[in-house]
Amino acid sequence: MMARIGSAGQAARAVPPAIEVSHLTKVFGGRTAVSEVSFSVASGEAFGFLGPNGAGKTTTVRILATLISPTAGSAVVAGIPVGPDGAAEIRQRIAVMPESPGLYQRLTVAENLEYFARLHGLPRPRERITEALAAVGIADRAHDLAGKLSKGLRQRAALARSLLSEPAVMFLDEPTSGLDPVATREVHELIAGLRERGVTVFLTTHRLEEAERLCDRVAIMSTSLRTIGRPEDLRAELFAASLDVTVASALPEPGQVFGGLPAVQGWKAAGRPGGGPAGYVVTVTDPARAAPAVTRALVAAGADVLSIARSRHTLEDVYLELVDGTEGSPR
Amino acid sequence: MSATIARTGAVVRKELAELRRNRLIVVTAVMLPVIFLIGPTVTILRIKASALSATLDQRVDYALFMPLMVAVLVPAVMSAYSVVGEREQGTLEPVLTTPVGRAELLTGKAVAVFLPAAVLGYLVFGVFVAITQLAAAAPVAAAVRHAPQLPAALLFIPLLAAWAVWAGLAISTRVSDTRVAQQLAVLGSLPPVLLAALMSFQVISATFALAAALAGALLAVDCGACLVVARLFDRERLITGTRPSRRITEKEN
Repeated sequence: MMARIGSAGQAARAVPPAIEVSHLTKVFGGRTAVSEVSFSVASGEAFGFLGPNGAGKTTTVRILATLISPTAGSAVVAGIPVGPDGAAEIRQRIAVMPESPGLYQRLTVAENLEYFARLHGLPRPRERITEALAAVGIADRAHDLAGKLSKGLRQRAALARSLLSEPAVMFLDEPTSGLDPVATREVHELIAGLRERGVTVFLTTHRLEEAERLCDRVAIMSTSLRTIGRPEDLRAELFAASLDVTVASALPEPGQVFGGLPAVQGWKAAGRPGGGPAGYVVTVTDPARAAPAVTRALVAAGADVLSIARSRHTLEDVYLELVDGTEGSPR
Repeated sequence: MSATIARTGAVVRKELAELRRNRLIVVTAVMLPVIFLIGPTVTILRIKASALSATLDQRVDYALFMPLMVAVLVPAVMSAYSVVGEREQGTLEPVLTTPVGRAELLTGKAVAVFLPAAVLGYLVFGVFVAITQLAAAAPVAAAVRHAPQLPAALLFIPLLAAWAVWAGLAISTRVSDTRVAQQLAVLGSLPPVLLAALMSFQVISATFALAAALAGALLAVDCGACLVVARLFDRERLITGTRPSRRITEKEN
């Protein structure tokens, strides 16, 4: 899928962590954008950074990319402390793909990349450009003006630009923002390719399914860090195990059916008012033990069972549980 | 050092390539010199051989001063766009995440504006002098040829252009709107021009020493301007539009 264009990312894998953030805080005037955020990202990890608008995601990325300075706290990126002495060296080892591709519209794709290759001081820039464009599948568009490209192709060109310097850490800020589903899938494949190459990927996104699909771990921000972990662990942490039960019609006495069953802690009706099928969410301690008992109880009560399945909580459920109501808080 | 030259050269090449591709900018950048060429040339060509010495001197003063404006207005407007324009286009942030230093970026941008401005300035003067020598009445042509402003103009074209470039860049790093930047840059480029105008029109007695002192002062300012503008160029302010914290930016390269 993605052509291999270098090994810097793999080399960096031997030096964990790629990013270490400690009590990072950023205040703009009297407005706190990021408050006491601490986390670390291992080399080669794909890390999702989630949060509502104004949660401080972009501010955090900009601090880590040495574009802005923190008000308090510290960070280490690619083994170099973020600060006045290490800023230039960090910029040698990272790549940032902002939400807007930021291409020069009147230059061709190749000219855009050549400019950045020379700013990075890369040897053999022409070869690197050819390889980077091939890696993102737009080698045949090298001589097209950037301003004539579709949004998806611009994103690819921006990604190719980010690949040029074989960064150890790549920051991707909303890389699929505004893309159609096909272009989104293509960008996902490219990001998955980065992971395979061992590049540390720091992905800022609103798209929870994107983070769930692409990231080893996610952090959920809302000015401060709300939680961090693998998506499945966060689900387990936040939501009790439960069974989704659907029967042909509402049970006359659901408390009597579900009460006292082994491994069952409680139940609640789950929508579908009216005369059609009825749903119940049964909270359990052990789904494997509870499911047969619930089935038997329903059958014994004369219910027509349509389905019994273990409840699946998405990352979106986790996200909404943690940040619901904070949308629009200061960035 | 070679890396610095390479990065600065990359900025120059990119800026010039963008300039070449933007026909509107090229056309408008050429229109201004044409206007500043036509006026003085017509003025000189209309002077009769029998004109009084005072009238001749006055019109030659005017004719030799006006083309100087080309060397100021063109670079002021273009350099005023160069940072704030990139910010508005969204191309500045990716550039600032590369290892390019502030001085490298600004010097590259300055050179890319200075070169065409200086070339245009000399071209306008060259064409003006050539036309007057070929088509003006003999005493008028001689007056132009022997005017002290002629060698002075050759010296002041690059100095004034460099001043205008740095004034424009300084303003471009601190304002958030291209139109405001361009208006302020034109205003900011005027002080040395006003001084030159006072000398050209002999409001101030234009001695060699005064002209040399002004040229020396301009040269010193032009040489030191890169450092001053580099200090004004702040990544955090440019990216966020807010006053930066000093922890990183003070020693940032």
